[in-house]
Amino acid sequence: MSVFILRRLMQSLVLLCVMTVIVFAGIYAIGNPIDILISADASQEEYDRAVRALGLDLPLWEQYFVFLGNLAQGDLGKSFVFNEPALQLVLSRLPATLELAFAAMLISITVGIPLGMWAGLRPDGIAGRSIMAGSILGFSLPNFWQGLMLIMIFAVFLQWLPAGGRGPTASFLGMESTLFSAEGWSHLILPALNLALFKTSLVIRLTRAGVRETLLLDYVKFARAKGLSTGRVIFVHVFKNILIPLVTVIGLELGSVIAFAVVTETIFAWPGIGKLIIDSIFVLDRPVIVAYLIVIVLMFIVINLVVDILYSVLDPRVRLADMKS
Amino acid sequence: MSTSHSEPVASVEVAPSARKAIAPWRRLLSAFLESKLAVVGLVGLVLILLVAIFAPWLSPQDPFDLTQIDIMDSKLPPGSESYTGMVYWLGTDGQGRDMLSGIFYGLRISLTVGILSGFFALIIGTSVGLSAAYFGGRIETLIMRIVDLQLSFPAILVALILLAILGRGVDKVILALVIVQWAYYARTSRSAALVERRKEYIEAARSLALSTPRIIFRHLLPNCLPPVIVIGTVQVANAIALEATLSFLGIGLPVTEPSLGLLISNGFNYLLSGRYWISFFPGLALLLTIVAINLVGDQLRDILNPRLQR
Repeated sequence: MSVFILRRLMQSLVLLCVMTVIVFAGIYAIGNPIDILISADASQEEYDRAVRALGLDLPLWEQYFVFLGNLAQGDLGKSFVFNEPALQLVLSRLPATLELAFAAMLISITVGIPLGMWAGLRPDGIAGRSIMAGSILGFSLPNFWQGLMLIMIFAVFLQWLPAGGRGPTASFLGMESTLFSAEGWSHLILPALNLALFKTSLVIRLTRAGVRETLLLDYVKFARAKGLSTGRVIFVHVFKNILIPLVTVIGLELGSVIAFAVVTETIFAWPGIGKLIIDSIFVLDRPVIVAYLIVIVLMFIVINLVVDILYSVLDPRVRLADMKS
Repeated sequence: MSTSHSEPVASVEVAPSARKAIAPWRRLLSAFLESKLAVVGLVGLVLILLVAIFAPWLSPQDPFDLTQIDIMDSKLPPGSESYTGMVYWLGTDGQGRDMLSGIFYGLRISLTVGILSGFFALIIGTSVGLSAAYFGGRIETLIMRIVDLQLSFPAILVALILLAILGRGVDKVILALVIVQWAYYARTSRSAALVERRKEYIEAARSLALSTPRIIFRHLLPNCLPPVIVIGTVQVANAIALEATLSFLGIGLPVTEPSLGLLISNGFNYLLSGRYWISFFPGLALLLTIVAINLVGDQLRDILNPRLQR
C-alpha cells in the first residue's frame, strides 16, 4: 500500500514540475511584461535598467529557475490591479469558491444517488424514464443560460432570493462561512443549484448504469437465492459495488466543479477565484493569472492523488495491477 | 466509455445468410428509427441546420445592415410591431435589432465554429490515436500520457487558459476548441484500434506489404469509426456549448461575430429589469440545438455499441 502511495506521490511531483514549465512557457508567450510596466516615453537606458531589474536579460532556463525559486517561497509577484501579493489574493478568494463547490457536490450526491438508484431499479417505469429524460436535459442545458434563467425566475419574477453576491458570513468552530447564517444560505442556494445541476445528472446516470450492470451479476443472483431481503441486496451488495466508479467520478468532478465555478461566479457575482480570474484576464493582470493557475493545478494534483488512493482502498484489484506493472 | 470496445458492426449478430440481404447501413438506419425520441432529434437537427444555412433568406431583417435597424425600436417585447409594420415575434435587443433574425445568424456562427472545430479535432485526434495504437511502444506511452494529462483538466479550464494567452478571435476560439477536444478522439480511436490491430485482416494487409499509411487509413480507420462517430456528435454539442460559454464570459468570439453566447450575454444586462426575451430566446435556440445533437448521439451510441445488443 505504501509503495503504491509513494509511486503516486512521485508521479504527482513530476506532473507538478511539468505544469510549472507549461505555466512558465505560457506567461512567456503572452508577451513582454516590460511593455505594460514601463511608460512609453522611457529612455533606452531606463528600459535596459528595468529589463535587468526584472531579470529578463537572463537566458530562458535561468529565468525559469528564478521563477521556480520564487514559487517555492510563495512569491508570485504583486497584482497590478490590487497591489497585493497575487498568491495571497487568490488564497483569500478561495474559501468562497470551495464553499460553493461543496454545497454543489452535496446537492448532486444527495439528489443524484437516490434518483439514479430508482431509475436503475425500475428502468422502464414512468418515474425511471422521467428521471433519465430530466438528466438528458440537465446535460444539455448550457450552464450560464441556466443560471440566467434561475435569476430570472427566482430573483426577478418571484423575488424570493437575491440575484447575486455572497451573503454575510458567520463563524462556527473557527470557520468563517456563509453556510452558518440564514441570509448566507439565501445567497448561496441559487449559485449552488446552478453549479449542481450538471453534476446531478452525471451522478444519476452513473448510479443508474452501475445498478443495472450490477443487478445482472452472479453474486447478486446468489444473494437473492440465499433469501436475503431486497433491501439488503440493494443497499449492501449492490450499493457497495457501484460506489467504486461513483467515488472516482465524484472525486474527479470536484475539480471540475471548481473550474466550472468560473461561469457561476461570474453570473451571480460570487467573489471567488473564478470571478477573480475572469476579471484578471480582462485587464491582463498576469501575476494573478499565474497564481490562479498554480493554485488550481496544485488542487487538481491533490484531488487526483486522493481519488487514486481512495480507489485503491475500495478496489484492491487496482493496487495489485499497479504493483505488477 | 463503453463505446471504446466496439466491434465492427457488420460482423456482429447478423447471421451469415442474412448478411447479403440487408446492407449494414440500412440495418443501422432501421435501428436508428426505432427510437421516436431520436427521430425527433434528427428532424430537429436537420431543421436547425437548414435555418443556419439559409439564415440570410429566412430572416426578416439583416442584423448587420444598419439601415434596417432603428434605435427607436430597442428593447421591444415579443410580438410588438415597428412603425413600418414589421412584427418582432421574439422582441428586439438593446440596439433595436430583431431577435429572431439575430438568433438565425447567431446559429450560423455557433454551428460553424462548433462543427469546424469538431472536424479538425476529429482528424487530428483520430490520426494520433490510430498511429499510437498501431505503432505502440514509447510513442504510444508518450501520447497517451499527454492525453491523460490533458483530460484530467476540465475542458473549460484548458480553453480559458488558452484564450487568456491567445486573445479573442474566431480563429483563436476554433484553435482552442481543437486543442481541448483532440484528446477525446485520440483516446477513443486508440482503444478501438487496440482491439482491431490484432485481427487477421490487419495481419493479412501487412503480409501483402501494404504501406503503413494505407493500412492505418484504409483498413484500420473504417473499423474504428463507429465509436469515433459517437464521440464526434457529443463533442460537437460540447464545442457549441463551450464556445457559447466562452463568448458569454467575454473571452470567446469578438463582438463582430455575434454567436448565440454573445446574444445571451447582451441580454444579461437587461435581465434584472425584467426584459427576459433578449437572453431567453437565444438560450432556448442553443438548448434545442444541443438537445437535438445529444438525442441523435445517444441513439447512435446505442445502435453502434454491440455490447448493449442483447
